[in-house]
Amino acid sequence: MRWPPALLLGGALTAVFAVAALVSFVWTPHGVEGLNIAEKLRTPGATYWLGTDHFGRDILSMLMVGARTSIAVAIVAVGMGVTLGVPLGLLAAARRGGLVDEVVMRGNDLIFAFPALVIAILITAVFGPSALNAILAIGIFNTPVFARVTRGAALSLWTLDYILAARVAGKGGFRISVEHILPNIANLLIVQATIQFSLGILAEAGLSYVGLGAQPPTPSWGRMLAESQTMISFAPHLAIFPGLAIVLTVLGLNLMGDGLRDLLDPRLRRAR
Amino acid sequence: MSLLSVETLSLAIRAEPILRDVSFEIGAGEVFGLVGESGSGKSMTALALMQLLPDGARAEGAARFGGRDLLSLGERAMCGLRGNEIGMIFQEPMTALNPVQTVGDQVAETLIVHGAADRAGAAAAARDRLARVGLPAERFPLSRYPHELSGGQRQRVCIAMAVALRPKLLIADEPTTALDVTTQAQILDLLKGLVAEEGMSLMLITHDLAVVSGMADHVAVMQDGRIVEAAATETLFRRRAHPYTDRLFAATAHVPERHGAPRETPLLDVRGAVRDYALPGTRLFGAAPTFRAVDGVSFTLHAGESLGLVGESGCGKSTLTRAILGLEDLQGGRITLDGATVHAGRRMPATLRRKMQVVFQDPFGSFNPRHRVARLVAEPFHLLDHAPEDRDDRIAGALEAVGLSPADGARYIHEFSGGQRQRIAIARALIIRPKLIVLDEAVSALDVSIRAQILDLLADLQGRFGLSYLFISHDLTVVRAITDRVLVMKAGEIVEEGRTETVFDAPAHPYTRQLIAAAPAIPAHWTEDRHGTG
Amino acid sequence: MLRFAISRLVSLGLSLIVASLVIFAVIEGVPGDPAAFMLGLNADPAAVAALREELGLGGSLPARYLDWIGGMLRGDFGISYTYRVPVADLVAARLWVSLPLAAYALALSTAIAFPVGLIAAARRGTAVDAGIMGATQLGIAVPNFWFAMLLVLVFAIQLRLFSAGGFPGWDEGIWINVKALTLPAVALALPQASILARVMRSSVLETLGQDYIRTARAKGLTRRQAVFRHALRNAMIPVLTIIGLQFSFLLAGAIIIENVFFLPGLGRLIFQGITQRDLVVVESVVMLLVFAVITVNFLVDLAYAAVDPRLRRRR
Repeated sequence: MRWPPALLLGGALTAVFAVAALVSFVWTPHGVEGLNIAEKLRTPGATYWLGTDHFGRDILSMLMVGARTSIAVAIVAVGMGVTLGVPLGLLAAARRGGLVDEVVMRGNDLIFAFPALVIAILITAVFGPSALNAILAIGIFNTPVFARVTRGAALSLWTLDYILAARVAGKGGFRISVEHILPNIANLLIVQATIQFSLGILAEAGLSYVGLGAQPPTPSWGRMLAESQTMISFAPHLAIFPGLAIVLTVLGLNLMGDGLRDLLDPRLRRAR
Repeated sequence: MSLLSVETLSLAIRAEPILRDVSFEIGAGEVFGLVGESGSGKSMTALALMQLLPDGARAEGAARFGGRDLLSLGERAMCGLRGNEIGMIFQEPMTALNPVQTVGDQVAETLIVHGAADRAGAAAAARDRLARVGLPAERFPLSRYPHELSGGQRQRVCIAMAVALRPKLLIADEPTTALDVTTQAQILDLLKGLVAEEGMSLMLITHDLAVVSGMADHVAVMQDGRIVEAAATETLFRRRAHPYTDRLFAATAHVPERHGAPRETPLLDVRGAVRDYALPGTRLFGAAPTFRAVDGVSFTLHAGESLGLVGESGCGKSTLTRAILGLEDLQGGRITLDGATVHAGRRMPATLRRKMQVVFQDPFGSFNPRHRVARLVAEPFHLLDHAPEDRDDRIAGALEAVGLSPADGARYIHEFSGGQRQRIAIARALIIRPKLIVLDEAVSALDVSIRAQILDLLADLQGRFGLSYLFISHDLTVVRAITDRVLVMKAGEIVEEGRTETVFDAPAHPYTRQLIAAAPAIPAHWTEDRHGTG
Repeated sequence: MLRFAISRLVSLGLSLIVASLVIFAVIEGVPGDPAAFMLGLNADPAAVAALREELGLGGSLPARYLDWIGGMLRGDFGISYTYRVPVADLVAARLWVSLPLAAYALALSTAIAFPVGLIAAARRGTAVDAGIMGATQLGIAVPNFWFAMLLVLVFAIQLRLFSAGGFPGWDEGIWINVKALTLPAVALALPQASILARVMRSSVLETLGQDYIRTARAKGLTRRQAVFRHALRNAMIPVLTIIGLQFSFLLAGAIIIENVFFLPGLGRLIFQGITQRDLVVVESVVMLLVFAVITVNFLVDLAYAAVDPRLRRRR
């Protein structure tokens, strides 16, 4: 089978940032914690490839460490959405039309009324700002997304004859969900997870930008942008590079999602 | 003087040949039948004439229609011709109409796009045409939406749309395949009437020889993209010069040879079964209204017997089937299998479930695409307390019993054809040696030649394993061929029950009579003196 | 249709009640004593007691909830602890910035996305389609607040066509305020338009494959007529869903982007509320935002029914 070019390009872009985040644990070009006022606001050059900020910290190093925050927040938030949302969606589909289904779906609708930002605001107002808030807010927001996608796909499978045959063979809702439903919607969930992952990166950046996410001294792309804002007229590179990092990561993930969809589900490819 | 003359039409889609040298003529006011099994290219022929082929298709040859060649006309000229001089209707009336537009607007649109009338004139004409196809103004105002109509009514709307401008030729692609037998008879009558009244020609595409025998003046038989035989209808039916035509005929009329006789022991007993459904709430408060899908049904199926259950869509036979299979509970009455009561879900013990298996209609939706055939076939082993020690042997045995090889167990389902899939479904039903197999429209989706083979297989297995069959179908011919007794179901009730020959030869209930009269049949004397004329 | 609207209205009311319960529980239930929370750790006990009195914290939780909701229904959102003015007044002033901004952005995004998506679908597989798909792919990946910063950099700082931020107020005339909201609205709209255009394209393509399009073509409609008379309205059904979802993204986006342009909207208010632990402000503004999202989804439901006759009868 030929690999879709979007998957290769997206995978490569994503890999660059994933590797940068991993490498940052053992090595960065410069330190990111200490102040070095003598070197502040350098434009990109040989020593500081992407320049330095108003404290003299190396932008490239901060981007590498910031990638860690972004990716970690997004992974945990997607993981939370999957572990809560997928079982709920399977359960609702197995009990379709019943009370459980109704409760799950109404719960979904309720959470959908709270945008991730509003959830973050609520949590932060009571517990104070932290990276954990961002994870929780995005994770809570992801849950109904996965529940709904899972339920929708599962419902269409429940009407198929092979599910009826399994029921005639005495299999119950749980066993059918695990054995017949889940494997057949896995592709869809993988694609959805990629999309939610990229939305998670965007949301984390937004939350950090308004101060509801990662707190100093943890470097994060969103906060780098917030700090650069007052200096944008004389040091635009402070704003440009973190933004580019976000754009390229999200672009990479989205391309990967499209590519995976093409690879895994030829039926969806036609519909696109 | 022919209206349409197709000369050496060939068609390829992305270099894969679909049609080869197809030639035929349709005279003015004539009904031309194009018959073939699925994949024979009969629909593609029609789409080629309309220039509505899928992307990447290339047609060659010529189709002369009123001095022009349909295949070489430009898109603009074709738009002027479609709906105006040539109308077309399709197989699936449920999806053929725009769901968000009223039927009046959709019929009127034919006149409007061709500039034949202004808005008011088009609406009046639509009203008139809808009345002509049997949808009178009082009951079917123009403001109706498609979802408010039944399948047969929607097909009438499609016909009204296609004949709104009184075209010279109407192409009907399997127009009644998705419809019930009584509705089919009405639609066929309507088409026949339109042809006679308007002097229109009809190109009728169908897989059903019986339909074509009652409708067409001339018939052409298609196989693998070629016309293998063409003649006046009666001549072709009597002569059957080409071996394929002959095979098709034999398969249509095929009656499998059956062994073994039903015993007197009751196996499945249904007593006063009632099944209600809650309708989607139309009131905000108060009890939801219910719909009684099965209304006091009682019957007994004996060991070794083959019992038919016949009825049209919506008569409750699928609901009854699900209750018998222990998938849904009844609201009243009782179903017993081998003396024990059938319940839905976990309340029905595996020991009881073991005695009953099922084969469904759809050969494509009946299997989990991610499992290998061996695992698919072995699924009912779940009903045993522990997996049998000779598991693999029994899988191989079941596959062999249905005419497949044990090696097929290692393959995935998408590697098999529709007929082979139904064999696998039968193997799955057979593997725990049930007493009863419920066959839910099990051969309805198959082409006639494949259908004949599966019927043979079922008859053979019944003799070998002493099985009982509950054979649920809308197809009277098939039920007649394979059952000992038959039940006729209408609106949730059994209206007639009796020995199959008796019911078919001397139906007692008016509905049964209506069903049998509606079922198209090849005139008996056409098939008697084979090769006699010509 | 009326029955459908009523049943949706009932479900709208239920959603609002449950949502308000959740907000109340988080803001007033979780911190234990909201007054002590608002004043911080080193607060004077007398001040805390005074605030408790002011906030009416003496009553039981259910009584306080009913008080809060009852007040909101009468337009009384309580008194902001930090500003010492009624929250209703604070909110009203700021609503006239945030709401026009979200609406402006939604209008822009829809106006851009519809034709772009339609063109891409009509030219499927061509260079035009590929170009649009590439551009929208990029558009989806751009965070709107960063895009806003770039717009400021180019149009305010470099070209000096717009001011870098601020909001004159509606008393100063309409045009000057529309101009002040233009860069923020564009920044919000373009990423959303990218998503919407892609949905539009795939939805139109999907409908074009339906049987009724073939029926329409068999009636003699040209490809173009089939698209405009039959495909478009059917394609609107999934597009409406996305527009409904987008509103909540736009609202959230507007709150964030107000920071870039120093707009005195709800966003500024709520972030100041968080920093100053003014729970009265946070609670009311969050309820208002959720109210907006739920109401828009109610309107989308009605729009569904207007587009799709099949929905009018059900439930």
